[in-house]
Amino acid sequence: MKKLILTAAILGLSAGVAAAETVRMGTEGAYPPYNYIDDNGQVAGFERELGDKLCEMEGLTCTWVTNDWDSIIPNLLSGNYDTIIAGMSITEEREKSIDFTQAYYPPAASAYMSMDPNADLKGGVIAAQTGTIQAAHVAESGATLAEYATLDDTIAAVKNGEADAVFADKDALAPFAGTDGMEFVGDDVPLGKGIGIGLRKSDTALKDKFNDAISKMKADGSLNEMIKKYFGDDALTFN
Amino acid sequence: MFESCSDPSALHGLSWMLCYLTTGKHLLFYGSFGIVLILLAITAPVALIFGFGGALAARSALWPFKLIGRGYIAMVRGVPDIIFFLFVPIAMDQGLEFLKSRAVCEDTSAPVWSNNEFHVCAAAKIPLGSSPQLYHEIYGFALAVIAFSVVYGAFAANVLYGAMQAVPRAQLETAEAYGMTRAQVNRRVLIPQMWAYAIPGLSNLWMILIKATPLLFLLGIEDIVYWARELGATKSQIYAFPHPDWRLYYFLVLLVFYLLMTKLSEIVLAKINRRIAFGQATAAGEALRKAGA
Repeated sequence: MKKLILTAAILGLSAGVAAAETVRMGTEGAYPPYNYIDDNGQVAGFERELGDKLCEMEGLTCTWVTNDWDSIIPNLLSGNYDTIIAGMSITEEREKSIDFTQAYYPPAASAYMSMDPNADLKGGVIAAQTGTIQAAHVAESGATLAEYATLDDTIAAVKNGEADAVFADKDALAPFAGTDGMEFVGDDVPLGKGIGIGLRKSDTALKDKFNDAISKMKADGSLNEMIKKYFGDDALTFN
Repeated sequence: MFESCSDPSALHGLSWMLCYLTTGKHLLFYGSFGIVLILLAITAPVALIFGFGGALAARSALWPFKLIGRGYIAMVRGVPDIIFFLFVPIAMDQGLEFLKSRAVCEDTSAPVWSNNEFHVCAAAKIPLGSSPQLYHEIYGFALAVIAFSVVYGAFAANVLYGAMQAVPRAQLETAEAYGMTRAQVNRRVLIPQMWAYAIPGLSNLWMILIKATPLLFLLGIEDIVYWARELGATKSQIYAFPHPDWRLYYFLVLLVFYLLMTKLSEIVLAKINRRIAFGQATAAGEALRKAGA
């Protein structure tokens, strides 16, 4: 028994030493409040705080890198960074090319936002960000999909009349409510299996570490607190 | 940056603007103009050297050189530059990391390209994953410079090759009649004279190069276009300095910057052109002679 404890202690120690590796965290930096570039030019937001916390718990050194949304998966695969932590919903489509940790954010509602309360959400032109689950949903809904590279571009498209409404994560749209007459319209739509950290399929050790840390944060309630801090008290949480 | 900017929500009008324009993010934006200038300062001479090599190789009497030179020049005619800008950095990055992995990785049995992943051991990464972000940025920028130099070098090779062909054959024949070797003819007669024919084409190329610098943005480098887009985008209340969509104004600044750059270049290039044409048997040289007479 003593020997077992000793071995466990040594294993624990050596794991601590070996874990001082650097992990490059890839994000988009244009999706507040999930992730954005603050006024000092640093990555900030919910995922920054969460990512730093997870890295601290697992003894990893993390550096933050931004990358365009549309090439975020290819650049992960070619090794420019080691994780995608960019409000990326876990979908079957994406699971074909990359792995995800367990969700750190529950399946969130997506919502339509428009300047016209009677906007035609079924047959009109709906703006969505390229390569998102929302874009896929719009394409299936029968409305005309107008794709844009960033969330900002989709908002701008609605404001200048190119699109009737924008369809995106409700939390990401929320800060725009009330600006220039933009309001939520229609019903919320739950999409995806929650948001997880994307990893290369070969990086199983890293995946286990993040899964472990996320489980701990779920268990002690600190993840829910962090979600509420960024998304308000009404936000979906884990129970 | 300033003490008075610590609480942006209390600011109004001009002081708000002043604080807004001096945020850390804006300083990065101003710094990115330097990136464009550095790119130009490195790419122009390197591309010229590539071009010189390409043109001389294409004119070489030895067929392997000739083949390389001609092939290099043909490349710019056949392939869109944008494909090259996207291809060269990725190919170089993976190529270098592959070679390094053969040298430093202990276990090289695992395939490098598998399941659409590019996978080398951590020690073979360039730069290492643990290196500061600055190294990664410099590396990315260096790859971009190489991509620009290869593409614009090929353009320059084409211009210089044409200019060398344009030097009157009689000049070279005279030099040969004096018993000069081929190298001496090149050095003493061909190259000094070809500039008069090359400068207009090279000037054009310089202008195109200036205007191609926003392609850095495509390579994921945080250049002026990246920052203009990022800063100009609608900023909600989550930011310290919320504002509506200001991309128009930011892009206007870029427009003015590029106009100034090209205008300045035009003035300098006109001077160089005049200097080089002096005493040459070309139309520009003839005009100078008549004006002087």
